[in-house]
Amino acid sequence: MLGKDLCKFKIAGADSVRLGDAFRRGASRRDVMRLLVAGGVSVGVAGALATSVETAYAQTPRRGGRIKVATSQAATSDTLDPARGLSQTDYARFFTFYNGLTTLDETMTPQLDLAEEIAPSERAAVWNIKLRRDVRFHDGSPLTSGDVVYSLSRHKDPAVGSGVRNLVAPMEEITATGPHEVRIRLGAPNADLPAIFGTWHMAIVKDGATDFRTANGTGPYKCQEFRPGVRSIAVRNEEYFKPGKPYLDEIELFGIPDEPARVNALLSGDVDLVNGVNPRSAQRISSAPNVTLFETRAGGYSGFVMRLDQVPGSNPDFVLAMKHLFDREQIRRAVYRNYAVVANDQPIDPSHRFYNPNVPQRPYDPEKARFHLQRSGFANQTFPIVVSPAAANSEEVAQLLQQASKQIGLNLQLQRVPADGYWSNHWMKHPIFFGGITPKPSADLVFTLNFQSRAAWNESGWRNERFDALLLEARAEVDTNRRREIYGEMQRLIHEGSGVGIPVFGSYLDAHVSKLKGLRPIPLLGLMGCNFAESVWLDQ
Amino acid sequence: MNIALVRLVAIRIALALLTLGFVSVAVFVGTEILPGDVAEALLGQNATPEAVAGLRTVLHLDQPAYVRYFLWLGGLVIGDPGRSLVNGVRVAELISSRLPNSLMLASVTAVVCVPIALVLGITSAIWRGSVYDRVASFLTMLVVAVPEFFIATLCVIIFAVRLRWFPALSYATGIVSLDQFFRMFALPVFTLCCVMTAQMMRMTRAAVIDTLRSSYVEMAVLKGARPIRVVLTHALPNAIGPIANAVALSLSFLLGGAIVVEIIFNYPGLARLLIDAVSTRDMPLVQACAMIYCAAYLFMMMLADIAGILSNPRLRYR
Repeated sequence: MLGKDLCKFKIAGADSVRLGDAFRRGASRRDVMRLLVAGGVSVGVAGALATSVETAYAQTPRRGGRIKVATSQAATSDTLDPARGLSQTDYARFFTFYNGLTTLDETMTPQLDLAEEIAPSERAAVWNIKLRRDVRFHDGSPLTSGDVVYSLSRHKDPAVGSGVRNLVAPMEEITATGPHEVRIRLGAPNADLPAIFGTWHMAIVKDGATDFRTANGTGPYKCQEFRPGVRSIAVRNEEYFKPGKPYLDEIELFGIPDEPARVNALLSGDVDLVNGVNPRSAQRISSAPNVTLFETRAGGYSGFVMRLDQVPGSNPDFVLAMKHLFDREQIRRAVYRNYAVVANDQPIDPSHRFYNPNVPQRPYDPEKARFHLQRSGFANQTFPIVVSPAAANSEEVAQLLQQASKQIGLNLQLQRVPADGYWSNHWMKHPIFFGGITPKPSADLVFTLNFQSRAAWNESGWRNERFDALLLEARAEVDTNRRREIYGEMQRLIHEGSGVGIPVFGSYLDAHVSKLKGLRPIPLLGLMGCNFAESVWLDQ
Repeated sequence: MNIALVRLVAIRIALALLTLGFVSVAVFVGTEILPGDVAEALLGQNATPEAVAGLRTVLHLDQPAYVRYFLWLGGLVIGDPGRSLVNGVRVAELISSRLPNSLMLASVTAVVCVPIALVLGITSAIWRGSVYDRVASFLTMLVVAVPEFFIATLCVIIFAVRLRWFPALSYATGIVSLDQFFRMFALPVFTLCCVMTAQMMRMTRAAVIDTLRSSYVEMAVLKGARPIRVVLTHALPNAIGPIANAVALSLSFLLGGAIVVEIIFNYPGLARLLIDAVSTRDMPLVQACAMIYCAAYLFMMMLADIAGILSNPRLRYR
């Protein structure tokens, strides 16, 4: 935007950068005009130029203001314990009150947060972490290595009931080697450890904390009030270690589970930011004058899963037939109203740094599907598909699949089951069903949790030794280019052999009042990967 | 007041306790039969066998069902309804933060709805067969046939989003001014009234028509009493029994049936607490809420019966 404005007045590149820098360093419009006039620009042009540059750089955050945020889930199970968090509401609160050792940026590359330095040694089997020395908890006590050791080790304790016990289990030794140094020895090398530290579960709590009725963390806001299932109120932490942040005075966070009610609350001015907007409500929001839609493209999907160890998935021709029946453009248009990205039956989305663009895009090809179906011997047979509201949009996608399969001589019956208890009672327990994942901070995690042969959540039961070997090799590899090659081949393997059909990657849609600024998409979840609290400000 | 009344109340209370006990067993069995338990429900898609087992031991879910039931019952008898399995907060605390909200919504709705329904019912009975009667009946039936969530959502879109007369969310903490209170409750109360008016109005109308047909009313008319006096002094007192029953039935729906209104207006009431508790299989909370609803229902029924007895002099002075 700045570049286009300056081009109108034909200023050279270096000068435009100098002007921008001047504004960033706090020059006023008059100072910039003086610069320009001194450089030979006429006063009239200088005035217009300074205005256009100023509006472009008026995006410097302002302090102050209170906002109300409504999220899609609120239940008595809301918690301030990072080990037990389950919903986006919980995750948003974790990032409001706590920090992690790292944080993930827009490309999901880990950036240092509480840690000053994270250095691998012994081929990524040992990690040495140096903590910042200027961080204090909300109760005034300083951050030490004991807090980090406690926060990470507690996930291993079965009494804590942590949901990420399996992620922390490979960290065999977590020891404090100094007041601000921690050393972690892994059972097997893992170059992605910094990325794991950026997730919400790995928030750092005070050493010995067991009472999570309030949050004593290092985060940008202090917890003034927390009532599970009702709301939380966060007030600015004046001693936050990042100067100038946070910008807002107060954030009130509560849940409105009903989506139309949530959208109506935003449109009527009762709340300032909502998440979980259905694509079908997007038009109402786009047409409202003071409300903006915020799309985050990420790697979450609802997958069409065929168990490879049961009929009919055990027949590779059948699997190929089904994968060719996805009219991905139609799904993207009709089901997701264009708020999705076409996928290629493998779980790494185009925004990911290790995405392999060379895997040939599987098209919608009913002829090929018919050919494979005939070869499989399952033509003119009937198969049930289990769908549920728990797997987002599964019913709609299954209906489109049903129409397409009728044309090639296959009958698919939809078996609808309720969302309640879906993941415990139906997921992975039928020959054909819908599953899905939420985005993960690293490709390694997706592959390990959902596609490795022995993984508990290997939805289709796919077994590929080469894939498993590559997985271990990439995990220990510190060189990014080599990792990219290995992950590229793994994506190809999944695309060709796995029983999971991934038609699109659904985007996360949030909406906010237009004067709320500072939101940037982080492809982990909506609301900036739930890490919005530190970055948003009100332009009032 | 008199023996019959006291005896009635005592018998009713004893029966109520028995019913509550039966309901608690039924609710417990019903929730146990549902697939899954708290540990699985809480962990959702992250439920690995070790995580589930770990959470189960922490929450004492590894004990057999009847042991847990009697532990809970024992706690209840000494006045401690236990702690929520999901977040460890005391059940009494959770409920005491929600029950007043539900009661407030129910009372405001009752205060608005019952007089309207009674007036509509009585006037329809007086002018039965007229245009007014037909229109009133048609409109109330139409309104009760439309689903609650449709009315509520329509109200929100028109009055909150477009006109901005009322807020879309109905909750505020702390002291609110009368004006704010009125604005917050206007839409939810309107929605609930739409749902409840029809039954009370139709029942009132039928009861009053029935008494207006009796011979003593005919006598009063022949005596030359004004129509208002005929209805209010002669006919209505005899119709109180069925009217009170209809009103009590409708009002007892208010405590738990306001779930749709609570969801759409994000009102933190008891019904949402119960829904949350059932989805997470949080047994102590489910039991406590079920007990409250049951007790409220039985209490309203008892009040209706007492009203019926008190309004009938033959029963009053026996």
